[in-house]
This record gives sequence, structure tokens and C-alpha cells, in this order.
Amino acid sequence: MSRFRVTGKGRVDHHAPVRFTFDGKSFFGLRGDTLASALLANGVHLVGRSFKYHRPRGIVTAGSEEPNALVGTSRGRGRFEPNTRATLQELRSGLVAESQNRLPSLKFDVGAINDALSPLFSAGFYYKTFMWPKGFWDKVYEPVIRAAAGLGRAPETTDPDRYASRHAHTDVLVIGAGPAGIAAALAAAKAGAKVVLAEETAEIGGALLSDPEVVIDGAKAWNWIAARAADLAESGVRVMTRTTAIGYYHQNMIGLAERLTDHLDSVPENAPRERLWRIRARHVVLAQGAIEKPLVFHGNDRPGVMLAGAAQTYLHRFGVRVGDSAAVVTSHDSAWHAAFDLQDAGTGIAVIVDTRTDVREDLVAEAERRGIRLRLGHTATGTDGRLRVSALRINPLRDGSVGNGTKVFCDCVLMCGGWTPSLHLFSHTKGTLKWDAENTAFLPDRKSEAVEIAGAGRGLWGYGAALDDGAKAGALAAEALGLSAAAPTHDVRQDRPGTGTAHEELPTDHDRGHTRAFVDFQNDVTAKDIRLAVREGMRSIEHVKRYTTTGMATDQGKLSNINGLLIASNALGKEPPKVGLTTFRPPYTPTTFGTFAGYHRGAHFEVTRKTPIDSWAAENGAVWEPVGQWRRARYFPQGSEDMDDAVARECRAVREGVGLFDASTLGKIEVTGPDAAEFMNRMYTNPWTKLAPGKLRYGVLLGEDGFIRDDGVIGRISDHRFHVTTTTGGAARVLNMMEDYLQTEWPDLDVWLTSTTEQWAVAALNGPKARTVLDGLVEGLDISNEAFPMMSVADCTVAGIPARLFRLSFTGELGYEINVPARHGRALWEALMEAGKAHGITPYGTETMHVLRAEKGFIIVGQDTDGTVTPDDAGLDWAIGKAKPDFVGKRSLARPDLVAQGRRQLVGLLTQDGKVRLDEGAQIVDDPNQPTPMKMIGHVTSSYHSATLGRSIAMAVIENGRARMGETVHVPTGKGVEAAVIASAVFYDPEGGRAKL
Amino acid sequence: MTRFSALSLVRNALSGNRDWDQQWPDAQPKTEYDVIIVGAGGHGLGAAYYLAKEHGITNVAVIEKGWLGGGNTGRNTTIIRSNYLYDESARLYDHALDLWEGLSQELNYNVMFSQRGVLMLAHNVHDVQSFQRHVYANRLNGVDNQWLTPRQAKEFCPILNISPDARYPVMGAALQKRAGTARHDAVAWGYARAAAARGVDIIQNCPVTAIRRGANGAVEGVETARGFIRAKKVAVSAAGHTSVIMETAGVRLPLESYPLQALVSEPVKPCMPCVVMSNAVHAYMSQSDKGELVIGSGTDQYTSYSQRGGLPLIEHTLAAICEIFPTVTRMRMLRKWGGIVDVTPDRSAILGKTPVPGLYVNCGWGTGGFKATPGAGHVLAWTVAKDEPHPINAPFTLERFTTGRLIDEAAAAAVAH
Repeated sequence: MSRFRVTGKGRVDHHAPVRFTFDGKSFFGLRGDTLASALLANGVHLVGRSFKYHRPRGIVTAGSEEPNALVGTSRGRGRFEPNTRATLQELRSGLVAESQNRLPSLKFDVGAINDALSPLFSAGFYYKTFMWPKGFWDKVYEPVIRAAAGLGRAPETTDPDRYASRHAHTDVLVIGAGPAGIAAALAAAKAGAKVVLAEETAEIGGALLSDPEVVIDGAKAWNWIAARAADLAESGVRVMTRTTAIGYYHQNMIGLAERLTDHLDSVPENAPRERLWRIRARHVVLAQGAIEKPLVFHGNDRPGVMLAGAAQTYLHRFGVRVGDSAAVVTSHDSAWHAAFDLQDAGTGIAVIVDTRTDVREDLVAEAERRGIRLRLGHTATGTDGRLRVSALRINPLRDGSVGNGTKVFCDCVLMCGGWTPSLHLFSHTKGTLKWDAENTAFLPDRKSEAVEIAGAGRGLWGYGAALDDGAKAGALAAEALGLSAAAPTHDVRQDRPGTGTAHEELPTDHDRGHTRAFVDFQNDVTAKDIRLAVREGMRSIEHVKRYTTTGMATDQGKLSNINGLLIASNALGKEPPKVGLTTFRPPYTPTTFGTFAGYHRGAHFEVTRKTPIDSWAAENGAVWEPVGQWRRARYFPQGSEDMDDAVARECRAVREGVGLFDASTLGKIEVTGPDAAEFMNRMYTNPWTKLAPGKLRYGVLLGEDGFIRDDGVIGRISDHRFHVTTTTGGAARVLNMMEDYLQTEWPDLDVWLTSTTEQWAVAALNGPKARTVLDGLVEGLDISNEAFPMMSVADCTVAGIPARLFRLSFTGELGYEINVPARHGRALWEALMEAGKAHGITPYGTETMHVLRAEKGFIIVGQDTDGTVTPDDAGLDWAIGKAKPDFVGKRSLARPDLVAQGRRQLVGLLTQDGKVRLDEGAQIVDDPNQPTPMKMIGHVTSSYHSATLGRSIAMAVIENGRARMGETVHVPTGKGVEAAVIASAVFYDPEGGRAKL
Repeated sequence: MTRFSALSLVRNALSGNRDWDQQWPDAQPKTEYDVIIVGAGGHGLGAAYYLAKEHGITNVAVIEKGWLGGGNTGRNTTIIRSNYLYDESARLYDHALDLWEGLSQELNYNVMFSQRGVLMLAHNVHDVQSFQRHVYANRLNGVDNQWLTPRQAKEFCPILNISPDARYPVMGAALQKRAGTARHDAVAWGYARAAAARGVDIIQNCPVTAIRRGANGAVEGVETARGFIRAKKVAVSAAGHTSVIMETAGVRLPLESYPLQALVSEPVKPCMPCVVMSNAVHAYMSQSDKGELVIGSGTDQYTSYSQRGGLPLIEHTLAAICEIFPTVTRMRMLRKWGGIVDVTPDRSAILGKTPVPGLYVNCGWGTGGFKATPGAGHVLAWTVAKDEPHPINAPFTLERFTTGRLIDEAAAAAVAH
């Protein structure tokens, strides 16, 4: 066992060694360690290199605010991740960790050349250079800078882990399970509230875990914690450990990330790695404690220099001494306790340096009793050592001047510059903060959500204060819910309340233009960088932050923000609140993308909508096409057919015999009510009043701007009932639009809207033999042309299934769309296939449907229109009910530019060479030889090979196209220019007789 | 103004970096200016710079309610491209792109314009048709844009998932090689420094509360938190808050303001060589010089002036990113933030004169204003100086919403802009 491990101390299991590797070297830690505590137990402080100067760096903290100890961790293929906080990563057997941002090794890193050149690389240096010669930036300089930047390397293989997510509701959510949080949770729960208590680390107790000698209500701290854990369980409090509250959203919705497997020796089969919780709480208690501030002095970043509170945590929680000989430098009482505790555990205390001259008498007396050398009214001005601190330079402060320095030899420096209340989540709510000069901290002010802040978050110091304040906050939360609650007080002995003072950069006898006093460790921002930013005119703290990058590292300024602010405000000669505080952004700690993605990965990224006939298509070799969330059969290849072959065959079958198409994805909306016809009159361009029940009409829907938004065939089922169909992609949009108008513009109309898209399965039967196939299957309806002509709708049964039968045609052939309840979709389809077998019935897909409709010049909204096309542009002027007083978009249709000459109009386009198929989207010009930029007069919207016509066909929008029939235009293809002739878009059966057979 | 150069860096390094000048002075407002620009974002500062440099108008104040560059200039995902569909847009954004290419030298400030290429993925037949249409139109407009097969797209961006088994497989991509990214803060700072050097006053922490008009209806100046400031010409360039300010002059704008969120990952070594955008799967990503993956998608669904934004959009955005780049699931989100974007009915900007004499407006850039910064500033300066629009911004009138002459990029661009 390492000599840094203290037998009998800590919450680790001293009988359970755990093996791990760091940079290829094998080590042992103990069950219950973090990676950081295990490394420290092995005497390893050097764990990483800084971002910019590649300076050697050690572990600074014992929590999620760690800026330096970021390592790559892995556990087998696909399970590597960069930038893991060693202070948060629990040790697991076989953990593989590697240091980052160093080449070739942690101890010898060529990137450290940057450190030697650091005067050149001051804040904002890159804005001032790398501009010559022009063009060198992204070819030469930037690649070098990029290679040097970044911390770890990105994962390179696909992650085998799963991620989960859950919603939950609770009366009270308490965030942080330190003394204040535990007291709050219990007070609220005992009042009868349903409570969730979330804790970032592996166990509850917070700072008490690092202060075992405290006695609460007669029990020693750890016994008290154990008893309260039992209380919490008994009171029904849901305690969530390893769960970080990452963001505080509107109306008390908190996002939390729960880590489920990273601490386990092996990954359980199918267990999610992390889970995102969205908890909606009626009341929230934030009890997130405070974060210790470093002191800012020359060399404060050397490995072995760490926060005093972290050393205390390593000792008590993990049984690890962070060194043999510690120099303590502080401006706050709390570090004195750490020094005493470490001394008790066998670490020599080389000196306690306090910047203050008047330190509490009991602390001074205790230190003297222990024989510790004290240096009050002193400052720290430097450290020695390369990969580990070996000495601290200290100087007396006399009347504002700095005396001569002396060196104190040590192997670690414990620093404390006071504490910063952790108010990140409170800031997410846009609650306001006010500056508290006494605490030199921002404290919560005006609240904007139902929230209490308890304990150190309010600037209260000491366990007694935290416990009582927590209980009060819990009771307040319960009372806010109408419960009657009590806030018990606590009797605390051996408490360690403290005070301190705050500093900007510590006074020094060095030239401050050359000191390397770090404010943001990871991003290598020094005090002089911040002063430089101010000198260069950066007056807002946001400018200082962005110019120097202070507070933008992965700890998000948890350590650096207040120090940076104090230095900036000093340089500006302004009070800190006048300089301001940068905004805290979610998440509280960096959170994996997988946690946010949750279940929405791979096939489950978005639901795949399938029609009731989908399974048949799958069994029959359909090639799929994604259309919105739907998958649709694009074509049904036979043998070695490619798409062109299959589509040609399917087209011929429809034109010559009969084909069957799954039209179930069409949007369907049932519009019902006494005012249904009036509603339809107002929504669609067409007139609906006189459409008789049992009849169909093609409807056009515009936006307020007068441009086509959607279309579809609409049936009047009865006086008060319309069956509206929409485009597949437009279904939800159209329903939303209808609801929007109904609810906000015409609430007086007595109309109901119901989406029926997924209630109906629709089979479209098309071709000259369609009636022959259908005839034997229909009961209760005469489907002869005379009795059931084109554009009719009626109820009947088809193959014994109740059906709503439409007679319409989107192919130009005799056609029926048979709507049946979705559960009968496949049965209907199979009955039709069976009945059609004798007639060579052929299933066809969306591609064939597109070709057939293009041969007829029928538009597809979204393909032949793009949100800039009016009904007249599309040749649909006839679909406008001109006598109607109003409809959506009517007023816009009269705008000058919508009636101007030269609008692009939908026409047909025939290439001179019928074998050439134009690209959809290709642009059309009159003069192909003009220089760029060319004058474009339109573009190709649809383009296919037509097997029926034995040549290519295209639809296009062209300026004044309808007046230019027969004229030749040109289409630059990128490889050459194709000449094409403007023609009618109706290429096939212009009289339309075939659909009326 | 000290010129920045490698030499000045060395000289200052040797003297402890104590001799650098202020990049722009903290100006106090004078009682009168020739031109006042409301809003010290990249567009407003750019306009001030070009007014001074190209039109000799230096008695100019840029007035900012907060800190300069603190609005959408400092909140966007820094994508720069010009492969827009319509001629009017292509000209405007390509004009900007031309200016971007020399901006660092022009301003003597490295804005880190990096022509890394922007790849726009097509995931369905409709995308293919739409992007092909862009490629064809761009080519004839002299704007570079090319069509790539899925395999070519993967060669350009190796971490892309082109598996045919993906929920929405990549069917191809449009690539604009001249497109890329820049350092957003540096753009604001560079323009501020260069404008200040030519005599422009930059007045921060000074909210404009109203525009004052005289008896003849023309602009007389602006009311601010620090009192009335006189000017015969006022240009408002205040992004999401433009409509509020314009309303004080009696001008109603067809703008809706939405929160738009963005996020970055922890920094990692280079893994992403370009910008990738996907409208159908709905997210985009690039990697900053610092190594952070910079990610965004569409706006939140509701109108708001709060720069907060909700969690569901972040969940969807990151699910989309994990779908396009399956190796990033274990990467971590470092921070996310929101800005307020001003959206017009046709998703194109309004840049030009207004019915009020002496009042000019630049707004409605929606989610795509950053890329236009130098171009917008340049033509706004022209419009203000000459009291008539530059040919490039002439189509971007306010009147088009009355006449119907829309420039509907929404129809083509769907979401991400």
C-alpha cells in the first residue's frame, strides 16, 4: 500500500484493491476511490497539460469543477471518451486512462515550446497576426493552430452503449445532498410532500463527508448521514445519486443527467449508460453549496498546488494524503482546518501563510499548539519545481509593500482564496444576483421561478447554519404547496464556520508584466492577460471573457469567474457589480451527446411510419423511399430490373391493363359540423356550397401570401361532412393551419377537425381494366360509369370490407381509390391482387405514380411548386371560386407582383433529343452563350422517361411560359447545353377521355 | 491606432505587453451626429466603417444598449456561405463572401475566415431535387456549388455516416468550397477598431428608447438612456429588437422574433474538416479553431424575446448530430445558449429605406445574418450615404411584402439558413 494512503481513513474499502492503468502504467487504488484519489494515493500529481502553453498540470480539486485532471478513459471498443474529469470518475476495475494534449509524453511535451514563447502568445494574440501573406490563414496557420488546440482526441468508433430518458413529476426537487439539501428534503417530506433529492456524486453527505469530526445532534457526521439516509428512505424521498442537475428550464423543469454504468467494473448487458431526466417540480430547493476559489499568484498552476478543501476531501473521504510536506496559503479560515487535519494524518505542514494579519485567535492558538510555522500578513509570490512543486516563495506584506521573499520547501501547496456560492442553476432561470461585498460574492436576489436557495448558496458558512437554512427552505417549499411544515433546528458541535477575504492577483515583488499568475488554469489565462484585455479597451466582463477566454474552459469558470472579475474590476477601477458577471450557461457540467439523444438513435431516431400495406410491399421486394417520416414503396423490381426498367413495366401495366398503388400515406382530415361547407369555402380557393353529397372536387389551399400550400381531392360525404385529402408531407401542416384559423380567426364556426390519416388504408386501382377487377368485389353500389361517374364518392363494401369508394384519377386512367378501415388494409390489398390476377394486375410504387401523373401534367405540390407559385402560375386558375367573398390568400392574389407580366408559369418541356432526360432542378435560359451571371428564366421541376410516349418528358416553370408554346429554350447541364421546346404539360390523353371510360 | 503585425507582437512581447493601445475608445455621446446607427453588432459596426471609409462620413455614432457584438454577432454558429437560390440572395451573400475573403487584411484584424467548405446533405428525393436546383442556379449565377455523391461527401468529411441503413440515408450533398466559418467576436471587434480609428464614436451601454421625428415627419434623432442625440439620418440594425425600435417611429415591420439555440462540445483535437448541414435530419456542425464542435439547428417553435430556449430542441438537435456523426455520442456538450432572431415572412432580410425620411432599416436576417455581415454593412452604408439603395440591396425592400415581390428562400432553404 502506498505511503500516501492513510489506514483507517476514508470511505474507501481498504481491503478491496482495484487495478487500473494510467498512460500504460499499472496502478492499484481502492474500491470507493475516484481516479483522482487513486492517482494521488500513488503519488501521481502530474496528470495533464494545459490548453495553450502545454504547461504540466496536476489535480486541483476534488469535484466536477476540476480544470486540469481531464483524461481519456476507455473500456473496450467504442467506449473511449476524452476529457473525463478524473475527480468525478469513480475507479473501476480495469479502467484505462490516458493523459491528453501532450506529444510525445506527459513528462516531455514538445508543445511546451509555447510556454517559452508565452509573451508572444498573450491574450488575443491571434487577432493581431497570421494575416500575411493573404491566403495563408486557412492553408498554413490555422491547421497548425488547430492541431495544437483541442484537449483529448475525439472517439473514432461507434458507441455500443445505449442512453435512456425519463420524465418525472414531483412536489419538491432538492438539488444537492449536502447538509442543507438533506435537511431540506426531510423537512419537505415530513410535511407530506413528494420529494426527489438529486446528488452529483456517488453518495449523499456533501461537505460532511470531508468533515467526519463534526457532531450533529449528538451524532458524529457520518453516523448522522447514515441515520438521515434511513430517514429519507422512510419518508419516501427518492434519492438519486450520480445525478447532475444540468439545466433549469421554464416553469420549474429541470434536466438531470444520471450516470448508470461508468462506475461499474463491467457493463451490464443492455443497461443504459446514462439517463436524461426531465423533472417538473412544483417547487425547487437549490442546495448546491459553494466552490473553493484558488489564489492567483505566480506559479500557482504547478502540479502539487491544489485547493485546501480538496486536500481535506482526499484525506477524509478517500484516505489519501496529497503529500508529505504541505505549504498552506490562504485568505480564508477554512484552509486552517485542512492543515490541522492533514497534520493529524502525518503530513508535515511546512507553513501556514495567511494574507490576513488578524486571524481568529483560536485558529492561531491551535496552530501554535501544533508547532506549525505561521506567516500572517504574507503573500505567495512563486513556486519552484518542474513537474511537481518543490518550494513556495513567500513574502511579508508591510504597509502595502511587499518585503523580501523566502522559500519554503514542500511537495504540495494547499491554497484557499475563499468560496463562491454555486448559483449556476439559479442563473439559468434568469433570477438576478446581487453583489455581497462582505462575502465578495454574488448572492441570489430576485427569483423568477418557484425556488428556494439554501445554505452556502446564500453565503451562509458552517454546518449549523447550512442545516437550519436547509430545513427552513424545505419547509418553505412545502408551505408553498399548501402543506404545514416545520423547520427543525440542529445542535452542531465541532462546527467549522469561517470567514475570509478575497484578492485579485496576490501582491508580489515581481514585475506584474511578467508574472504567470493563472486565473483560468485550463485555458492558460493569467492575471496579466485580463489586465491586457482591459488595457485594450475590453470593458464589459463579456468582452474580457471572450478576448482572454477566461471562464470558457470545461469548468465553465467555476474556479475562475470571481477571480477574473476582481482582477478586471481592479484594472478598470470599478466595483465588481458594475463590471458584471458573465452568464452561466447550461449544462452545469459537460454532458454527453448520447444523454440528450436518448432513445432517438439509429432506427429510432425518428419513428418510421408504415402503412397497413407496408408488410405486403416488404414481402414483395419493394425498394423504399423516405417521404417525411413515412417509408413508401418506390418500385417493385422483378428479377434483375433496375429502377428505370421496373418503372417502365409498371407504367405500361397501368396504361394497358391495371395497376395497384398504396395511397394510404395521403393526409386525411374529416371536416364535420353545420358550418363545414362555409369553413371549406374560407380555407380552400374552390367553391364548396354547391358540391353535392357524393361528389368529389380537386381543392387548392393557399397561404396568406397567395401561394399554393397544398392540394388534394375532397369528397362531400354529406351536407355537414367533408373527407379532405392532403399531400403526404403536408398532412400535419394543413391540419395545424385549419385549427389555427378555426380557433383564432373563425371561432364562431361550428366545425370539428379530425385527422383520419392513419384510420384509413387506401388502395388506388388504376387502368382500363380497373372496373373489371373491382366489379366482382363491390357490394351495395353500382359502379358503372353511368351510376358512379368520375369524381364520385360513396360507401359500399369491397371484398366484404366496409369501404368509402372514390372514383378519381391521378394517372389519367380509369381509377378508384378504395378507403377501408386501416386494420383491413392488407386484406383489401390481397383481395384486389387476387381478383386482378387474371388481368395481370401490377403493384406499382411512387416513382411510377410520379411518371404517370407527369404524363398528364398533374402537379405535385412541393416539387412543381415551391412556395412562390400562384394558382394561375400553375395553370389552376379554374380552381378559384371567383364569386366567393373571401378565402385564405385571396387578397394577396391581387397584389401587383402576383398579377404582373413575366411570372413563371408551369409548362411542359420536350428536349430536342427525346433520349435526354433533364435533371430536376436544372435552370433554363434563352441565351446559353451569355456570360455569367446568366439571366435564368425558369427551371425544370419534374423530369422522367415516359415509357408510354417513348421519350423523355419534363415539367418546368418558365417566365411567360404559356405564351411561348413551341419556342425553344436552353438548359445548361454542366456538361453542355440541351435545347428543349416549350409544350403543354399534358403530354398524354389531352382530352381526358380515358379516366371517364 | 497601432497597426497589428508580427513585428508589433514581438516588440510588445518584449515590453511585457504594456504598450498596446485601446482597440476602440469608450466614446461619450456628442449632441449631434451626421448618422446614428442603432445596434453595435457586426452589421451596424460594418456600416459605420464603410460610411467612414468609402463615403467620407465620419461624424457617426454607433449606439448599443449592451456591449458591442453581444447580440447575434456573438451568439451565432459562424457559418458563412453564399449558395442561395434566388438571384437577389446569391448576389447579396456572394458580395459578402467577396468581402470576407479580404476582411482580415482590410481591417488589420484577423477574423480567422476559414474557407473550410460547407456540405449540405440531401436525405430524400425532395432534397436532391432542391439542392440540384441550387447547384444549377448557383453555377449560372457564378456562385460555386457542386453536387457530390455520398461517397464523395464522406471523402470530404470522413466522420459522416453514409450507411444506406441509416434512418435517413445520405443521398448526396451540395458543397460550396468557398464557404466556411469565421471568428464571430473578432468581426465585431475588428470593425469597431477600424471604425473608431476613422473617427466613429462607439457608445455602449446606452439603450435607444425611441426615434424622434420632426413636424415634417423626417427623423430628428434618437432618445437614449443618456438623453436625446440629434441626427438627420438614423439606421436601425438591432436584429430581434428592431421591430420594437422601429415602432417608436411609427413603422411596423413584418417580423417575428424566435429563440435560436446553439451549443458547443468540449474541445477535442481536429476531427471535423468542414461545415456539415442537414435540413432533413435537422442539425449542423463544424469545429472551431479551439477544437469545440459547434452545433445548431432550427429555432424554437414559439416566439419570444427571452434568450433561454428549451430542452426539447437540444435533445432533438443532438439526436440528429448523433445520427449524422455516430462516433460523437460520447462527446460532451459544454455549453448552450440562445439568441433572438428576427424572421420575415419570406425569410429574407429587409435592408433599405423606410417610409420615414432619414430612417433606414437593416433587419430580418433570421438565422442567417452573420454570413452577410460585411456585405450588409457595405450596402447599408451606401444606402444611408446616398439615400438610395445599392443595386444589390434594392430588391430587399420593405414594400415587397405589400407588392408581393418576395425573395422566398424559405421555400428553398426549408430550415437552416
